[in-house]
Amino acid sequence: MQFLTVVIRRSLYAFLLLLAVIVFNYTLLSMVPGDIAETIAGESGGASAELMAEIRRSYGLDQPFYVQLFGYVGRVLQGDLGSSYYFNVPVLDLILGRLGPTLLLVITALLLAIFTGTLFGVIAAQRPNGIFSHFITILALIGFSAPVFWTAFLLIILFVSMVQIMPLSGLADPLTESGTWQWYLDVAHHLILPVVSLSSIYLAQYSRLARASMMDILGSDYIRTARAKGLGQRVIIYKHALRNAVIPVITIAGLQFSHIFSGAVVIETVFSWPGLGTLAFESILRGDTPTIMGILFFSAFVVIVFNLLTDLAYRIVDPRIRHSGTA
Amino acid sequence: MNRFFRMAAGGAALLAATAMSVPMAQAEPKQGGTLTMIYRIIAGHFNATIASGTPTGIPATQMFAALIRYDDQWRPHPYLAESWKIADDGLSVQVNLRKNAVFHDGHPITSEDVAFSIETIKANHPFKTMYAPVTKVTTPDKYTAIIHLSAPHPAIELAMSSQLGVIIPKHIYGEGNIRKNPRNSQNLVGSGPFKLKEFKPGEYIIMERFEDFFLEGRPYLDRIVFKKMSESTSRIIALETGKADISPFASDPQELTRLKKSKHLTLTPDGYSAIGPLNWLAFNTTRKPFDDKRVRQAIGYAMNKELMIKILYSGFAKRATGPIHPGSAFYSSDVNNYAYDMAKAKALLDAAGLKPDADGIRFKTTLNFIPGGAVWKRWSEITKAQLKKIGIDVTLKASSDFRSWIKTVAGHDFDMTLDSVFNWGDPVIGVHRTYQSTNIRKGVPWHNTQQFRNADVDAIMEKAGLENDLAKRKALYAQMQKMVVEEAPVIYINESPYHTIYNHDRVGNPPTDSIWGTSSPMDNVYIKQ
Repeated sequence: MQFLTVVIRRSLYAFLLLLAVIVFNYTLLSMVPGDIAETIAGESGGASAELMAEIRRSYGLDQPFYVQLFGYVGRVLQGDLGSSYYFNVPVLDLILGRLGPTLLLVITALLLAIFTGTLFGVIAAQRPNGIFSHFITILALIGFSAPVFWTAFLLIILFVSMVQIMPLSGLADPLTESGTWQWYLDVAHHLILPVVSLSSIYLAQYSRLARASMMDILGSDYIRTARAKGLGQRVIIYKHALRNAVIPVITIAGLQFSHIFSGAVVIETVFSWPGLGTLAFESILRGDTPTIMGILFFSAFVVIVFNLLTDLAYRIVDPRIRHSGTA
Repeated sequence: MNRFFRMAAGGAALLAATAMSVPMAQAEPKQGGTLTMIYRIIAGHFNATIASGTPTGIPATQMFAALIRYDDQWRPHPYLAESWKIADDGLSVQVNLRKNAVFHDGHPITSEDVAFSIETIKANHPFKTMYAPVTKVTTPDKYTAIIHLSAPHPAIELAMSSQLGVIIPKHIYGEGNIRKNPRNSQNLVGSGPFKLKEFKPGEYIIMERFEDFFLEGRPYLDRIVFKKMSESTSRIIALETGKADISPFASDPQELTRLKKSKHLTLTPDGYSAIGPLNWLAFNTTRKPFDDKRVRQAIGYAMNKELMIKILYSGFAKRATGPIHPGSAFYSSDVNNYAYDMAKAKALLDAAGLKPDADGIRFKTTLNFIPGGAVWKRWSEITKAQLKKIGIDVTLKASSDFRSWIKTVAGHDFDMTLDSVFNWGDPVIGVHRTYQSTNIRKGVPWHNTQQFRNADVDAIMEKAGLENDLAKRKALYAQMQKMVVEEAPVIYINESPYHTIYNHDRVGNPPTDSIWGTSSPMDNVYIKQ
């Protein structure tokens, strides 16, 4: 019951927060110099003053600010994110079309990083001064300090230009019929380099985190008790220690989700991956306000939901939080 | 070099060529194959009647036919129009359409569609001067359209070509606000050699051969895949590894230098003379001290343009000398070319009363530049250094994005700016706008943002815009170029070094046989293997 109250209360906060985000974003964007009429004029190599006024009128930009704001908030609450100035299609369609590729990229990269990272960390923690542990430290250092676009280009030069076994860009070859098994294979093939590049940063973080957290736990009382009980090393590590060691990993993974757009932008640009990151970036350059607003709203929504879910995941993994009711 | 168009249209190009208009190629072209084209931008839609710009133009000219097409010698040829004739008084143009032409949905292309397209362009296209003198378009029969003009308008032929004059179906685009018509980008119905198969916004366009295209046996290609690739490094690798066949509008010197080394690639500057891109330094001629033409001229002399081209463009760009692009039929080199001369520059500033102070500074000013591309930033730095030598202290003003730059320059809130402006075929379309005193419109980019006023230049441009005699018109523009360069509202530096890069092992008849380059129909292009 208490758990349910927490969920409801948090959902209400989340809603208010989201509303504040919309108002704030809209206000902020309206302060940006230039508008869609100038973008159209810029791309067209000029436009007449009459045409620019006509464009502004047709997009409702000649209305006072507060009218535009209330109109927008009202439409968003009804689930209407408006239409893209640039593509002239509903923003929601645009976002949903790009969401799949971004989630595929980010989740795959994140999972790869979490599993291999945790595994590396756990193995390294058992012999903190062994060769493997040092190797991981170095790998983590390189992965974390190398700019992600650099890693990406390095991989491209290696596997696209020199050894030509990987595709260069896109989600799949445009001529492969989508939905067929060849297409899925093609997507998987196209996914490899972006995922490896993107996970290189996360991998570093997770292996370090898992290593530190594991070492910490291996020195704790209940592990010593377990050892004293005569439990085997494997059981201690993977059944008792690991369960606690992954808590910080889950925390970070949850928070990381809020970075999915920013982290993936560079990779999406380098690989022409049709994701939300590039859409956001390019929409900003194009002054496509409805699309920018839509993406900001959407990412705020995702962050808030994932923070909620992380919180719930804690409660399930860690009984102390579950019973305290707060936190 | 006129490899593909064998029929000369003859002299002043007023007479329409015969029905025999299918351009003949030297090599034996093959049917079939896919052309993969990469470009750094992808447009939001392909309706060229309401928008200009090359991202729209390149695909639009594949999917929509214009009435006329041009070869690489500025000669017009029949395209969707079987023939056309400008009346002797210059006040009307009779267009005779091909009778076998149909839209992608099978509807015949009629004079009604021509009238509708021209009216749509007149009402919506950013280049108002293209059809400004058009009073009405009448349709005496299904295949004849007569364009009525309020005054002679020699620019009309170019306005009827390539992306400027595409013909769209009235039965599809005639209803509602055309700017918001969803069929500008999806389920598009065109009149050109290729039809839209699939458009993924922001990703790629697949265009497929239109079987019922009005030119027998064309196009040769089965399809064109147009992919967006915004990263320069990715484009280089795509071209080097053969993943892409052709890349238009390449201008990055590093990209060009590197790709020049690939044996299977050809880099050509051909095909950009109609677009006519010029890079220049523009002044706000209403601000002190730039209201004095001697100051503007002094800056012209103080800039070592040859050195800048060498440093900035690794030798890929050519010098520009005046308001008209060197590739244009109206270009005249008989102008003051402001050869690098520090002494002259200093003398002019002295004469203007701008003497150096104790620190050697004559005056302080600012320089804006277009954002995007490292070249502009470096260009501004070199300019700053060069002007320092004659005692001008320049503060560089970077703009965070394109719109901020437009706001500053179009809002007339600048001293000097670096800019890139296109000629767009006829001087009436892309040149007059920069110098006409009637075209000073605050808030609108690429108008007369210099706020340059000269009654003589105005008069001569007006006369040239009405002159149907080619030789007389050339003479008028030669005079205009001389006057504008002398007045120096703008210092011309170079042609933008646009190149089309293509894989010559695969691409036959590359689209460089027209003044419009890749913004012309690629029905000629074929795949060799």
